[in-house]
Amino acid sequence: MSSVGLIISLFIIGAGLLWLLILSLTGREVERRIVFLFIGLAVSVPLLFNITFSERATPIVLDVFDKLEDLPPGSKVLLSYDYGPSMAPEVEPMSNAFLRHSLAKGHKLYLMALWATGQSLVATAVDSIIKREFPDKVYGEDYVNIGFKAGGTGVLNVIITDFRKMYLTDVDGLDLDSLFIFDGVKSLRDMDVLISIGGGFPGVKEWVLFAGAPGNIPTAGGCAAVSAPLLYPYYPRQLLGLLGGIKGAAEYESELKKRYPRFETMPTPGIKMMGPQTLAHLVVMAFIVIGNISYFISRRKRS
Amino acid sequence: MRRTVPLTITFIVGTGLILSVFFPPFETVGEDFSLFFDIIAVFAFFLGGGNLLRVHGTRIQKKRRDWGYSFITVAGFFLMLAAGLFKLWNPGGITADVTAPGSLFQLMYNWVFNPLGATMYALLAFYVASASYRAFRAKNSDATILLVAAFIILLGRTPLGFYATSWIPDSFSLLQIPNLAIWVMTSPNLAGQRAIMIGIALGVVSMSLRLILGVERTHLGVEE
Repeated sequence: MSSVGLIISLFIIGAGLLWLLILSLTGREVERRIVFLFIGLAVSVPLLFNITFSERATPIVLDVFDKLEDLPPGSKVLLSYDYGPSMAPEVEPMSNAFLRHSLAKGHKLYLMALWATGQSLVATAVDSIIKREFPDKVYGEDYVNIGFKAGGTGVLNVIITDFRKMYLTDVDGLDLDSLFIFDGVKSLRDMDVLISIGGGFPGVKEWVLFAGAPGNIPTAGGCAAVSAPLLYPYYPRQLLGLLGGIKGAAEYESELKKRYPRFETMPTPGIKMMGPQTLAHLVVMAFIVIGNISYFISRRKRS
Repeated sequence: MRRTVPLTITFIVGTGLILSVFFPPFETVGEDFSLFFDIIAVFAFFLGGGNLLRVHGTRIQKKRRDWGYSFITVAGFFLMLAAGLFKLWNPGGITADVTAPGSLFQLMYNWVFNPLGATMYALLAFYVASASYRAFRAKNSDATILLVAAFIILLGRTPLGFYATSWIPDSFSLLQIPNLAIWVMTSPNLAGQRAIMIGIALGVVSMSLRLILGVERTHLGVEE
């Protein structure tokens, strides 16, 4: 089905683009609606026919994976949901993959959010992933959700020296001192790795600047593809690795599936969305070529 | 008085925060100021809510163009506020987490806010494609370099980039599209980003000093 779908989608899109190329050769501009139609097709056809590609993890993604892999079971991993629903389709596959990987390795998970919209996403993840796929994990012992606090970088400035100055309780109102997972945990400096998922402010960059670098705590991140170029200056010293956009998520998911047989059947939205992204990129490239052809033709006519 | 008090507060807080970074005994001062900031940040929500009501309330009252959208905005605001404040349908009651599964707040978040947010973001793909077609033209050498870099990144962010150039021998592996994309990100992009970041940092230092020393007063509504 997948190969039939691939042929059909490539044929439709290829034939359409050829038609547009002919149009542009005659000096006619392509209407905006036609561009929208092609992007719609490029995104929806691979989803309908379930077109997927195999992924190979790049070093910047492998660095994060290997860090979580090499930590001994019981290590403390803090995962911060610094995003909202608008960014969720692109970065949620990353946070889900980090959740699964950390819990499968037996790490202790500390979930929080620097964005008000992140707290609901943490609750959804706890409900749909941890409780369903890891029923043996105990709240307060293996994982905890301390939720959102306003202040952004101000929150980081405080919890880098003392969690309890900012968080007296978890999201359910349970005293942090009553939770086994917080035994011996005073501040962010007691964490073995910090992971921030998000692409806005505050996000990965702020975690590096206000927590990872000053506290000398290994920090990794996942962000929307548009934000990734801004974070490269911190890699690999202040930022141990980075998942950029849906491609980064797909690479992480493929590595997870390769190394953990239990995740063979797990949902892989990252890998699934690489089909639409691949075709959409090809269509955008084709439109750039067509646009340039029509530009050069019109310039020649003018001169 | 209207100028002296804010300037004095700025000087004390700014100096305290600088000292807290460079002198460990002052670390707690920085922490305390950060806590003050976090408390003040909470009030930004009130400010935001008030501003939203003021803007949209006026539009509804005067029945300006598209006031219906404003009505939906205000209604949605109050509905979410009530669901969150009074923990409506929350299985754990008033003391439970506002985002508890089954609560009205979480239901509306998952089934209304989440898909709407994702839809808005997804629309970007269409506008990016349209803008690329109209604006991405090789008008001069600079634009052509940008165009080539964009092609490399666009292909490098897909598996096709790997398939298309996997035949290139390992000794020339840099020419494989995924490696070229990594090179673009870690060399030219990195150099540009670092230059911009260092420039911004220097600007921030200079502006901060001006604010702390009271040289910069435009934020108080004072012309220099």
